Amino acid sequence: MSMKTVNFTINGEAKSVQAESRQLLVHCIRETLGLTGTHVGCETSHCGACTIHLDGEPVKSCTMFAVQAEGKSLTTVEGLAIGGTLNPVQEGFWEEHGLQCGFCTPGMMMTATALLRTVNEPTETEIREAISGNLCRCTGYVNIVKAIQYAQRKMHATPAPEAVLQGGD
Amino acid sequence: MTQTIPMTAAAIGGMGHSMKRKEDPRFLQGKGNYVEDVNLPGMLWMDIVRSPYAHAKIVSIDASKALAIPGVLAVITGKDLEAYNLHWMPTLMSDTQMVLPVDKVMYQAQEVAAVIATDRYIAADGAAAVDVEYEELPVVVDPFKALLPDAPVLRTDKPGKTDNHIFHWEVGDAAVTDKAFAEADVVVKQDIYIPRIHVASIETCGCVASFEKTEGKLTVWMTTQAPHAIRTVFALVAGHVGLSEEKIRIISPDIGGGFGGKVPVYPGYVIAVAATVLIGKPVKWIEDRMENLQADSFARDYHTTAELAATKDGKLTALRFKTLADHGYADAAANPSKFPAGLYHICTGSYDLQAAHVEVDGAYTNKPPGGVAYRCSFRVTEAVHTIERMVDIMAHQIGMDPAALRMKNFIEKEQFPYKSVLGWEYDSGDYHAALQKAMDIIGYDDLRREQLEKRARGEYMGIGISSFTEIVGAGPSKDFDILGIKMFDSAEIRVHPTGKAIARFGTKSQGQGHETTYAQIVAQELGIPMAHVQVEEGDTDTAPYGLGTYASRSTPTSGAAAAMAARKIRDKARKIAAYLMEVAEEDLEWEPGKFTVKGNPEAFKTIQEIAFAAYTNHPQGMEAGLEATHYYDPPNLTYPFGSYICVVDIDAGTGQVHVRRFVAVDDCGNIINPMIVDGQIHGGLSMGLAPALYEEISYDEAGNCLGGSFIDYLVPTAVETPNWETDKTITPSPHHPFGAKGVGESATVGAPPAIANAVVDALWHLGVRHIDIPMTPSKVWKVLRDHGVTGS
Ligand code: FES
Ligand code: FES
Repeated sequence: MSMKTVNFTINGEAKSVQAESRQLLVHCIRETLGLTGTHVGCETSHCGACTIHLDGEPVKSCTMFAVQAEGKSLTTVEGLAIGGTLNPVQEGFWEEHGLQCGFCTPGMMMTATALLRTVNEPTETEIREAISGNLCRCTGYVNIVKAIQYAQRKMHATPAPEAVLQGGD
Repeated sequence: MTQTIPMTAAAIGGMGHSMKRKEDPRFLQGKGNYVEDVNLPGMLWMDIVRSPYAHAKIVSIDASKALAIPGVLAVITGKDLEAYNLHWMPTLMSDTQMVLPVDKVMYQAQEVAAVIATDRYIAADGAAAVDVEYEELPVVVDPFKALLPDAPVLRTDKPGKTDNHIFHWEVGDAAVTDKAFAEADVVVKQDIYIPRIHVASIETCGCVASFEKTEGKLTVWMTTQAPHAIRTVFALVAGHVGLSEEKIRIISPDIGGGFGGKVPVYPGYVIAVAATVLIGKPVKWIEDRMENLQADSFARDYHTTAELAATKDGKLTALRFKTLADHGYADAAANPSKFPAGLYHICTGSYDLQAAHVEVDGAYTNKPPGGVAYRCSFRVTEAVHTIERMVDIMAHQIGMDPAALRMKNFIEKEQFPYKSVLGWEYDSGDYHAALQKAMDIIGYDDLRREQLEKRARGEYMGIGISSFTEIVGAGPSKDFDILGIKMFDSAEIRVHPTGKAIARFGTKSQGQGHETTYAQIVAQELGIPMAHVQVEEGDTDTAPYGLGTYASRSTPTSGAAAAMAARKIRDKARKIAAYLMEVAEEDLEWEPGKFTVKGNPEAFKTIQEIAFAAYTNHPQGMEAGLEATHYYDPPNLTYPFGSYICVVDIDAGTGQVHVRRFVAVDDCGNIINPMIVDGQIHGGLSMGLAPALYEEISYDEAGNCLGGSFIDYLVPTAVETPNWETDKTITPSPHHPFGAKGVGESATVGAPPAIANAVVDALWHLGVRHIDIPMTPSKVWKVLRDHGVTGS
């Protein structure tokens, strides 16, 4: 198999890696670069455990080739905390018990971080729809929604409302 | 034994505090260490060739093309393993199962050969290049047909086996039950199928197996909920090829969800171990999602004919369940050895029934082994679903409100400890209080009024109740063992000189938060801040022996062991404190964190001072150090319970069931961390919603798996999941050291019948009596159509 040189930045660092043309981006991230926070739960775009940011957009890195990252800017879960300080989404997940086994959590937080970057005050329905490509088997989602709402309040310094969740569907 | 737990200061963070989880910072920053994250120098990859057929003879396996691929080092087949007598392995239920087949395959996606290569992609190339010639054999997918006299016998490996029957098991007094049925005013009867489902933890199964030839030491990082038991199983299975238990180290690192699916030993693990021993290099095997959904971790598959008898005013008098269990081609269920149908005989549920008879037969079919688990304690879900459906059918049949019928038949609070007619001793409960609370929260009477109005308008709204009793925490070792190993569990606590502690356990968290909750138990018992208690589990070289985490047993067993070990430490600490303050032990009073001289609050020694003295200034003749180990053998199981009420609206045009509200009142006794308990219940409810409405692993006539990917197997997303409304009552377990019961699975067990009952409740007036789960839109739509509703 022919190897290609791929250049991109990841979590702010410029990288040049050798990748087989068929190598999935998630394997490049996990195995070539050793960033194992991005997980694999299906390899078929269903679970979202592999979600990263590609030029700021959430993408499922299991259904992209590494070579497609050429020239892009990537962020993984390892790039969320700045200088060891958790970002508001990470903090929200901790405060609101938005994770249990933690396997879905990196992908879930990448999706949530992207959502809050684009939508200032997402409704509960918008939050649930935004994370509907990320499966979580442990939490029942209630506390994930609360975690994202926590982050939203923190980012926009709005006081906590008497939040009553409505549920999905 | 007192069961009120004094509240410690928040700085100590003992029981009852919603402490944030200690394990979270690493997970939040991508620093968890799951099996797939383990990479070793020189590591090889394994990929598995799987059967496309459900039943076929293997004519030949040609690995030459695979072996010609640069980077492919070996192709392992059943014949290779046969040379070491490792091609079959025992199951937990004293049956046998293939590691790799020698002559025939028994289910679609069965392991046929393994390819070992330098890289995951090359291993996959190799697997695709292995040529297997099959000759198809007749397929048996229906367990009823499997038991017909002319059915092909599947387990031809068993000398003298002439049918597909695995076991017959029964409990209860048939004659007394028959008499009660004969005398009953009302009898209801219903066939209920609880389909095969899959836990689908977001992390699949896998391992990294590494054999160090020079030392003869095998280390396996693997997705297992029971590392110690696995070590013993490996030693027993492979003892004859030189693997000795002291040379086997199982490490269960962070686990991405287990739910029972990571209890058994699957062929992939064993093949990877065989590969590393043969080749001498570390071997990694990680299932992909389709392998996971098609080949391992199945639950349920119970076909039951259920009957319930009552007086005409609604006093339940007798129950009779006859069940056919589809176990797939091998009985590899994960039950305690003495119970082929698990704890199914908890099926009298929350009701004071005086006559019951239960029969279960197991059958072989051309499916992967079933009966593992789906977040449930050994067949409890099947029991609860069936009794809760039957109680609802009875209520509707005699025209009584389902809540009133339950209230009338609940075991009374005063009857605990309650001996059930099928032999269990329920430890404690207050079922009326839980149901009443749920009814108050949801506004039950108003909902019934609304339902009547809606029905008059032709709208379909249903209210479903489930008042379940769980049975968890296996278990008393007199009754419960796995392959002869008693089901105790363990804790070892060492207090360091500076008053910090490390605590190790025989269990293994898969998301339950043990690093936090166990630390809180130690904090409660010793007054050492939970922040200063380091919890470790999952490494068989360091942790004390235990049977692992499943069946909601961690808190009832290892949690109890933590309290008992801490109490041993406290006893020693009291001696040291008495010595330091020159008083008699009886003159000391304990409060979490210090011993004070009675009547002199100024005179005290903190646990930290005592810990220091234990290493620097302990009494002559006393052993140095401050540590203890405890193996806890519970005197009984614990019986958590709850009442759930669900409100559904059904779209008559599409058959879509919309869960409008779901109120869950749970009682798990005293609570270690309310936030975590709530989270466990949320997760459990979601894994109750899933099989009720969405999930099923079914097979076509040819034995093709129809639920084998996330396209077909519908794990609920945030969009389908309602906002769970949770509340609690607290009825401590009288026999547990701090009055706790297990909780992780209650909601998975309790939720499905609440939803199913709500759907049937919405449609009963049309003549609908029962719908099997999952109640998918197409299934409900067909039921509506069959009952004359065309809907819009
Ligand atoms: S691993 Fe990429 S979506 Fe599941
Ligand atoms: S926390 Fe386990 S899958 Fe989400």
